[in-house]
Amino acid sequence: MVLKIFFPQCCNTADSGLLVGHWIPGHNSAVVLAVIHYPFIPGQVKKYLSELQSQTQVDLTVLGSWSMPKEGKEGMDSFLKDLSTIFPQKCWLQLSREIGKRGFICQGDKIILIHYDQRKVMLSQLHPVQDVSQKSDIEPSELRLVFQTVAQSQPLFFLDKYDDGPLKLTHWQSEGREASIIAELLKQASVPVCIFLTWLLSLWHWFLLFISSKLSTCVQSGYRAVHFKTVFSPKKAATHMEFMRKANIFVSFLLDIALGLLLISWLYRENRISKLADTLVPVADRVAKELQELLEWLMGAPAGLKMNRALDQVLGRFFLYHIHLWSSYIHLMSPFIERILWYVGLSACLGLTFALSVLSDIVALLTFHIYCFYVYGARLYCLKIYGLSSLWRLFRGKKWNVLRQRVDSCSYDLDQLFIGTLLFTILLFLLPTTALYYLVFTLLRLVVVLFQGVIHLSVDFINSFHLFAIGLRICRPYRLAEGVKFKVLCQEPGTPLHLMMEINPLKCSSVLQCYRTPTYSCYPKDSWAALCKKLFVGELIYPWKQKTDKTD
Amino acid sequence: MAEEEFTDINGNSISLDCQTRSAFCREFTVTSPKLSLRKVMVYTCFVWLFAYAVFFFTENTTVLSSAIMLTLAGMMIHIHFVKVDHETLLIIGSLGVQLSSSCASGRESTIFIEMNKLKDIVINEAVYMHGIIYYLCILIKDPADPETVTSVVPLFQSSKPRLNCLVQVYRSCQEILAQSR
Repeated sequence: MVLKIFFPQCCNTADSGLLVGHWIPGHNSAVVLAVIHYPFIPGQVKKYLSELQSQTQVDLTVLGSWSMPKEGKEGMDSFLKDLSTIFPQKCWLQLSREIGKRGFICQGDKIILIHYDQRKVMLSQLHPVQDVSQKSDIEPSELRLVFQTVAQSQPLFFLDKYDDGPLKLTHWQSEGREASIIAELLKQASVPVCIFLTWLLSLWHWFLLFISSKLSTCVQSGYRAVHFKTVFSPKKAATHMEFMRKANIFVSFLLDIALGLLLISWLYRENRISKLADTLVPVADRVAKELQELLEWLMGAPAGLKMNRALDQVLGRFFLYHIHLWSSYIHLMSPFIERILWYVGLSACLGLTFALSVLSDIVALLTFHIYCFYVYGARLYCLKIYGLSSLWRLFRGKKWNVLRQRVDSCSYDLDQLFIGTLLFTILLFLLPTTALYYLVFTLLRLVVVLFQGVIHLSVDFINSFHLFAIGLRICRPYRLAEGVKFKVLCQEPGTPLHLMMEINPLKCSSVLQCYRTPTYSCYPKDSWAALCKKLFVGELIYPWKQKTDKTD
Repeated sequence: MAEEEFTDINGNSISLDCQTRSAFCREFTVTSPKLSLRKVMVYTCFVWLFAYAVFFFTENTTVLSSAIMLTLAGMMIHIHFVKVDHETLLIIGSLGVQLSSSCASGRESTIFIEMNKLKDIVINEAVYMHGIIYYLCILIKDPADPETVTSVVPLFQSSKPRLNCLVQVYRSCQEILAQSR
């Protein structure tokens, strides 16, 4: 069997010493994590390794010896052989390197030496991500075990060469631990800040519960509050996916705020917001006028169809009065519109998604009369259809049995039949008029719903766009790894095979697929067939269902 | 190191380079013919003459500049994404198999398949248009269920060498796989 040794690049020029690492069970391979230099006391080495073992849950052992003789130092061979008796191993590795030569010399044949960049492998995450905590039947593959071993051995890399301990180690951080004061201060400050923000958010959430969930602004702010709970929870992210999720939410929130501030600067620069407010009332008036003309058209002979005169006049006048009420309300509000819009526009500083939700709500409020007309028309039409179906059954001599939920035959009296048939005829002949009103107002309502749907889709896109994952893929591609790639290093005769293991970063399309933030995406509640059936019968439709944010 | 004259299924000449790195590690490189300068010149002249003819009728200079942009963009896309220069198969006994294809602009795309996922390397026949071609492929298995083949990864898809070249690669690979079993 071929023996594979994973050797860190940072130890290529290390002084002679002991190789410390981990034997991968079942795969006949070893991962070298660090080199302990002479002089050392074997008892202290064993104590240190057992301490680390309990800290990291990685089975660290002494793998063998490493010798890189400097000028003047010779005669290490017998000393190295004696070491194998002090640290009993089933297989003792003896690697050595001569100055001026690039290849290592190793005892035994059938050995592959794989060089890896310790820091990159430690920080990298292999995809598809397998949860360490969940017990899966799949045996992790050799490479996955290597990555896991290096990632879990982080406490081993805390000792650097400036520490005054009994042991001197070489690993990727032995030149000095990487840290920054700002990062440490932020970490210390973040815990109380997070606790405070979580408390604030719980208050806000409780306040929001009172407001109806119909307004999309409130839905959006509730959604953001849930997001913040995730981000600002004082618990540290345990797994990679949790960390990515937190980071994605935080970065997308920052992007949102930045876009919102950009929008504010554009809106308020040349006093555009008051110009917008000035055009709002004429637009509302224009819409009201168009609706009036539409109703006049319906009250005449629309598209050449002949309507029932009396019903037509009644419905038409009813709706016209509504429009009159609506335009008088708008005119009442018009002096305050500019102020209100000015303050509402400031709310865009909470994010572009907020501004878009507010826009969607304004559109909903301005077209409230269309919504009312749709509801009236739909209810009337629905009643008519139910009445017609019930009287049609009577016409044929049948009845709906509520107990048995089926149609049964029934013998009616002559009076019942007479009145039923009369009512049936009346309803049937009034059907075209009601149907036409229903059709017109449903179409108008669908146009408004479509526009709101487009706004919600864009809000959704901004919410779920994971800028952090894409940024990580572009700036630090080794963090998200799809696999590895090997390069054969040129070798000298007599040395074993040397390979260089590099990280193969994840493809951009896989990044997009893997890290989608689950959102309250608007999707149609019913299929097309169900929607058409509802429209035909006259049931009120709410085409966009907003699913609650479940972690998928 | 061995280099012989091989052709691909369309008759263009390709070259195969086998390197034995060690007793259980071999590397095979199949090199496709390079981008032909004559073809590039013919396409460019054709597009530019056409653009000049359109310019002659419309007297609009944006036609000329857009033709230049189009030619440049098309050439860059072709070199970077379409034209494959060489494909490499690196087989390391008891570690795995690495497939890599490198485009004319130097862009490399690499896949590494571990040995526990690899069931076998075989030559398959396929009916393609009006003929039958042979291709070398790797059979992938799920380590939990070693008997079923979950997917097939074809090798040397852009170079498409003929059977004589494939047989040489196949024999070498089987020697290494036999050692590691």
